Amino acid sequence: MRTIAIIGAGPAGIEAASVLAAMEETEVLLFEKSATTLDNLRDKAFLFPDFSSAADLVEIMEAKLDRDNIKLHLSTAITSVVSTSSATEAGGIMAWELQDASGVRYQADAVLVTTGYKVFDAHRKEELGYGIYPGVITSIDLEKKLKEGKILNAVGDTPKKIVFLQCVGSRDEKSGNHYCSKVCCVTAVKQAIEVRKMLPEVEAYVFYMDLRMWGGGFEEMYREAQEKYGVRFVRGRISEAASTFDGKIQIKSEDTLVGLPLKMSADLLVLMVGMEPSEGTKTLTHQCNCADAYGFATTVNPHLRDNETAQPGLYVAGSCKRPMSINDSLTDARSAALRIAEYLK
Amino acid sequence: MSKYFSPFVIPFCIGVVLLFAFCIWKYIRWYKGFDRLQRAIIRKNIFSWKFLPAIWEIVMESLLHRRIFKRNLLLGYMHASIAFGWFLLIVVGFFEAEFGIQGSKPFWVAIFYRFFQHEHNTFPSAAVFTQVMDGLLLFVLSGITIAFVKMIYSRIVGMKKATKHVIFDHFARVSLWCIFPFRLLSESVTAAMYHNGGFLTQTIGDILPFANEYVEYTYWLLYSLSLGVFFTAMPFSRYMHIFTEVFLIYFRRLGVKENEQKSGYTMYELSACSRCGICIDACPLNKQLDIKGVQSVYFLRDIRYKMLKDEIADNCLMCSRCASDCPVQLDLMAIRRQMRDKKELDTKNNYRYLDTVRAFNAMDRVVYFAGCMSHLTPGIPDAMEKIFETVGQKYWYMDKEASICCGRPLMQQGFHTQASELRRKNTQLIVQSHARLLITSCPICYQSFTKEYKLPIKVMHHTEYIDMLIKSGKLKVNKDASLKVTYHDPCELGRGCGIYDEPRDVLNSVAVLMKTPEEREHSLCCGFNLGNTVIELEQQEKIRNAALENLQTGNPDLICTACPMCKKAFTRATEAKVMDVAELVVKKIGE
Repeated sequence: MRTIAIIGAGPAGIEAASVLAAMEETEVLLFEKSATTLDNLRDKAFLFPDFSSAADLVEIMEAKLDRDNIKLHLSTAITSVVSTSSATEAGGIMAWELQDASGVRYQADAVLVTTGYKVFDAHRKEELGYGIYPGVITSIDLEKKLKEGKILNAVGDTPKKIVFLQCVGSRDEKSGNHYCSKVCCVTAVKQAIEVRKMLPEVEAYVFYMDLRMWGGGFEEMYREAQEKYGVRFVRGRISEAASTFDGKIQIKSEDTLVGLPLKMSADLLVLMVGMEPSEGTKTLTHQCNCADAYGFATTVNPHLRDNETAQPGLYVAGSCKRPMSINDSLTDARSAALRIAEYLK
Repeated sequence: MSKYFSPFVIPFCIGVVLLFAFCIWKYIRWYKGFDRLQRAIIRKNIFSWKFLPAIWEIVMESLLHRRIFKRNLLLGYMHASIAFGWFLLIVVGFFEAEFGIQGSKPFWVAIFYRFFQHEHNTFPSAAVFTQVMDGLLLFVLSGITIAFVKMIYSRIVGMKKATKHVIFDHFARVSLWCIFPFRLLSESVTAAMYHNGGFLTQTIGDILPFANEYVEYTYWLLYSLSLGVFFTAMPFSRYMHIFTEVFLIYFRRLGVKENEQKSGYTMYELSACSRCGICIDACPLNKQLDIKGVQSVYFLRDIRYKMLKDEIADNCLMCSRCASDCPVQLDLMAIRRQMRDKKELDTKNNYRYLDTVRAFNAMDRVVYFAGCMSHLTPGIPDAMEKIFETVGQKYWYMDKEASICCGRPLMQQGFHTQASELRRKNTQLIVQSHARLLITSCPICYQSFTKEYKLPIKVMHHTEYIDMLIKSGKLKVNKDASLKVTYHDPCELGRGCGIYDEPRDVLNSVAVLMKTPEEREHSLCCGFNLGNTVIELEQQEKIRNAALENLQTGNPDLICTACPMCKKAFTRATEAKVMDVAELVVKKIGE
């Protein structure tokens, strides 16, 4: 009987658990710090690039956990992961011991960290007015509104103009995050299309540095957003936001293609917040000596051993490594599961 | 006359003549370099009573070095013993020679008195003088000894880093340090031969193995030589500060100030720097980043020796932490700005938009000027607007829409012409508003409005204004005795404008203010000051983290500051809560 501990029940954790549990003589311990699985996914309405329902994916993922040999521990935050034997003692396999916040210990033969990301706290960019003006929201807030099917501006009316701002907390030296969060570009395109579908009268603007349409179908979506849905893309950062007397948001920016400063007032300013390592990711990567400068997990080799850490038996997958889309997280989890299976063979 | 001449006095005499010639030449030349404003101030005040406090300050600072004493007793003693001790040696020596040798005599006799006067009871209290002179010599020698130890181990006088001097300064220092041991030896040898010494020189003389005319003459020659060499080197070395500080204090007391351009007054300031190096330990660039060679001591030296590089002039946060520690109280920030002068950059056409901004009649209102930086921290102007509304104060938010910078950031970088354009327009808008009070949320603007503008109306920082509202009972606040806060003094508000108490009083009326190790004049720069264009973001962050660590002493619930720039610097770094004083007050408004 082999026991594999997986920390974090997001898409990556669940996918890896279901793949590993399909093997014989295997028990999977799946730990989740909050009371439900798939927390970040549950906030979403629709997924790019096919506008499929996030709720459907949640349902499918939950069904994958329906196995006897997957022991799901909800509301269990793992605070410590240590190897208790050296590799030579146990015939190449190290014994691992995990401990949760209440002090309960768990034993495992291998550990997979899938602790994921958290969204950038937009309060840290005070000049954009998040938390000060009700008309300034994040992409997560908008996703929730899309899910409810109701978008209102700060004074409770149907908005006439919505502005999206890319790269909030990503590719931003001043907030300390030099990396690209990868999913925000396409998310803004997706959300702009959804907003236009829901409210055909609304004007949608997307302010960007450059649009990174890296995935299959993304570029097509971007073209469609412009041609079919009339979403306007402006190359420029927004330097500051202020409120107007009628509860709108006035933004100051520069259209860098025209080379002129620009002022605009909008009902809603949507901040496309980036990804940061979650608290759990930061704690565990630092403890296991595999943290990069931001607290994301580093692996042995980005090409061939991208799920392995320097310690045998300790694996990582999903957005605890770097910003990743849901699809990429799922793929990465399957590859990690395969590696763990090989290791425990 | 010939009775009092011996060839060994020649080096000394040459030194004295050169010293005075160079000094007088330099002082006259610099004085001619004063600009019209500075000369007008001198003409106006020269016959006023201001010279009395000037003399007091000269005695306290140039001779006794009170400010250095306040910093470190041993360091103060070192400076005072050399300066004041030597001064007394000259004065008492002069009187001793006056009483001891009647009639006319050359000026060097007072310096080499024991060589020329072997009798020791030429006047009633001569013995007392002999002992006093020995005591003074010992006083100076003790200072020289400390200076010598300091050269090897500066921490003994509380300095982590001492100045790295140029070779010429080392040379001048060696000649200075030689004067007193040679004086001791020459007087001791003479005492051994003629028994005219005091408790020190006689004792040493009696144990010296060789005491004959040749040895005696050699020592007196060496004494005279070291004096001559030191005097010749002095006008070109850091020791020029000895006389220059006296003139500087006098001019400063008359009301002369640094202006935008380098002037003769600047030359006095440059030479008044003794390169004591106290500014090095104070500088955050040294403390946190280990950047050397940019601190005020090196900066002034480089200007004086005409070897200043732009990167050194630009590599300064302008936090004025060094200026608050400077024992000579030099106007270091003003000189730094002069050296950054970029008037050759023509930006005339950039300011055309200014004329499109229209004035507003705010006769019955106060003017609120948030400042560019506050636009990046909208929580602060938002809080101020709520406070105005709460107390029923009508206001004109001057820079809400068409915001014009106060000009200080440009000025800090040496764009004086451009800054004056902005000042002109803002002044016009403020005057035409007919308001009587201007309130600003930004310490940079505040310093600019109070020091660089000549506004006909009162200017307040918002912490002063809120303090006034609370103390007069107009604004009722609730004190939250369970909320522990620390306060960060922004450089521009604290050291820049001397506003330390108002924000503290406000905080004490809404929360419990805790002390931090480095505060008020010693507060640490947040690192994001607009003054520095050289250091990188990571370096700014290191300076910021040091300031933050200081503020987190005692684990406060909240860190408060009164500057949008500092607030941004801290919020970027930490999950800890950071707020402006105004934002906290809004949360604690009572019935």
